[in-house]
Amino acid sequence: MDAATLVLDEATKVYPGQDEPAVDRLSLEVGAGEICVLVGPSGCGKTTAMRMVNRMIDITSGDILIDGASVRDRDPAELRRQIGYAIQQIGLFPHLTIAENVATVPKLLRWDRDRIRARVDELLALVQLDPDETRDRYPAQLSGGQRQRVGVARALAVDPPLMLMDEPFGAIDPINREKLQNEFLRLQREIRKTIVFVTHDIDEAIKMGDRIAILRKGGRLAQYAPPAELLMEPADRFVEDFVGADRALKRLALQRVRDIDLWRAPLARAGDPVASVRAQTAACDLPYPLLVDEAGRPLGWLSEAALAGETVTADLVSDPQPIVELDDVLRDALSDLLQHESQYGPVVDARGAVAGVLSIEAIGHALRDSDAVPRAADAAVEG
Amino acid sequence: MSTLAFLGEFGEAIQFIFEGETTREGTQVGGSQFLELTVEHIKVSVVAMVVACALAIPLGLWLGHIRRGSFLAISLSNVGRAVPSLALIAFFVAYLGVGFTNVTLALVLLAIPPILTNAYVGVTQVHRETVDAARGMGMTEARIALRVELPLALPLIFGGIKTSAVNVIATATIAPLAGVTTLGDAIINVSGYGDVGRLAAAISVAALAVMTELTLGAAQRAVTPRGIRLESGRPSRRRTLSTRIGRTASP
Repeated sequence: MDAATLVLDEATKVYPGQDEPAVDRLSLEVGAGEICVLVGPSGCGKTTAMRMVNRMIDITSGDILIDGASVRDRDPAELRRQIGYAIQQIGLFPHLTIAENVATVPKLLRWDRDRIRARVDELLALVQLDPDETRDRYPAQLSGGQRQRVGVARALAVDPPLMLMDEPFGAIDPINREKLQNEFLRLQREIRKTIVFVTHDIDEAIKMGDRIAILRKGGRLAQYAPPAELLMEPADRFVEDFVGADRALKRLALQRVRDIDLWRAPLARAGDPVASVRAQTAACDLPYPLLVDEAGRPLGWLSEAALAGETVTADLVSDPQPIVELDDVLRDALSDLLQHESQYGPVVDARGAVAGVLSIEAIGHALRDSDAVPRAADAAVEG
Repeated sequence: MSTLAFLGEFGEAIQFIFEGETTREGTQVGGSQFLELTVEHIKVSVVAMVVACALAIPLGLWLGHIRRGSFLAISLSNVGRAVPSLALIAFFVAYLGVGFTNVTLALVLLAIPPILTNAYVGVTQVHRETVDAARGMGMTEARIALRVELPLALPLIFGGIKTSAVNVIATATIAPLAGVTTLGDAIINVSGYGDVGRLAAAISVAALAVMTELTLGAAQRAVTPRGIRLESGRPSRRRTLSTRIGRTASP
């Protein structure tokens, strides 16, 4: 199923007996295949806003349109079967096997047994679980990260065009959370669903969101913008404070290593003539030659002794760590450099071959240059 | 007789259960006549339990599902348990006369509270997010109640049934006061059965209660979903909660 568009049009929820609305005239447009993150302090109505979409909470006024059709006209149970739903505590059924859990919505839609079995295996593989090992186990037998994957698989079961996710990685430890986030982003590049994603964590919002809606208390929208724009041009003091004083640093999460100007380092293979390496060194940003293997993979930094003779010998002064990848975000790459107490590290492409060198200085340049609002400009064209 | 002689009066009582004796008036007491009493005892208990389950389980499930009526399910049930069955039977005898129906009614009222309380608690202790996920995926309310809440509440429901059944079997002993001749007849009517007969009946009722406890305990383990048994193997919120409630819900 293709992704759906979602429009919230002045959607408002006032709970009976309360003067203040929980969500106040919230208007958002989410394009097909986009991740819209709802973020804000607790009590800002972000979960309420998400739950209005599948009518877990009915709106008091305004409207919500999926692919142009109002949710008000739909039977709630039938509507919910066509919207993926994943929540923080996952809510797997403890008395059912993993396969039965994943098959919940297909069963409600009365798929036949063979189709369900095939789909369950397909989904488990999609979320990186071994179907043969997982299928017949119970939730209590899985780790938190595995349960989370099952929750995502269950939400994707009938290939819904729209998904709602409420802090889906909230209950996971930080290391596994980052792994699951990356996995999910990779998955999303494949499946291209329209996703409403609720979190209280601004870092997660910046990482996951194509667009971020920051809500303030009382369910009012403070700003709705792509992450870069939010960081560069916060709409007001509230957004600025919520994004945090380190928003310049947070921008590092928006850029990947491949986006910035990398340094060139002289590359040498064992047996190369020393003269040509020296000539190359003069033309590069970095005066230290890097030894690579036949496939161009980094082996280490060469010592002076390696260049003493006619040809290059494999005499290293240090190993090539940290090796960063072109797809790493700058924040992670910088963290690697700092952790290795290194000024620079080789950058490799998907095959592992050296594509350049990343230095702390180059990151500094990128930060200064990014004041020109790189992704906000793109988004302005799209929007 | 001789084989059990070393047990003293206790042995005589067991002898009485299986062989009985003929009284001076020529009527048979104990032995095969005890079988009739036992059948009647079981009959009134089973009927009371079936009716109580049919009323209390659906009501408890429903109240638990809508998460309302905790007063009815818990407080009123506790009050119900405090009213002595003898008083209830006396009440029914006074207004409806003696007979099987009245005894059954009194036993039903006795049996309902533990089942109702446990069914209610069993449903409300199902994690909210489990029910939320079910609803969010498009399950209807009836399906949530039957496919999610009921299976997860079954162990506690069976705990309630077990408690009630043992209570009912013990209490059915006073049924002869309202004209239903259960095993209690031998306990109340000492002049007809003698001390040995009374002891024999007490042993029979106790044995019946113990067997019921064991059978329903086995059934309780059998209906506990495998995924829950695995879950309770590790320390979790569910485990601490259910043991705590399990303790308060059974006397």
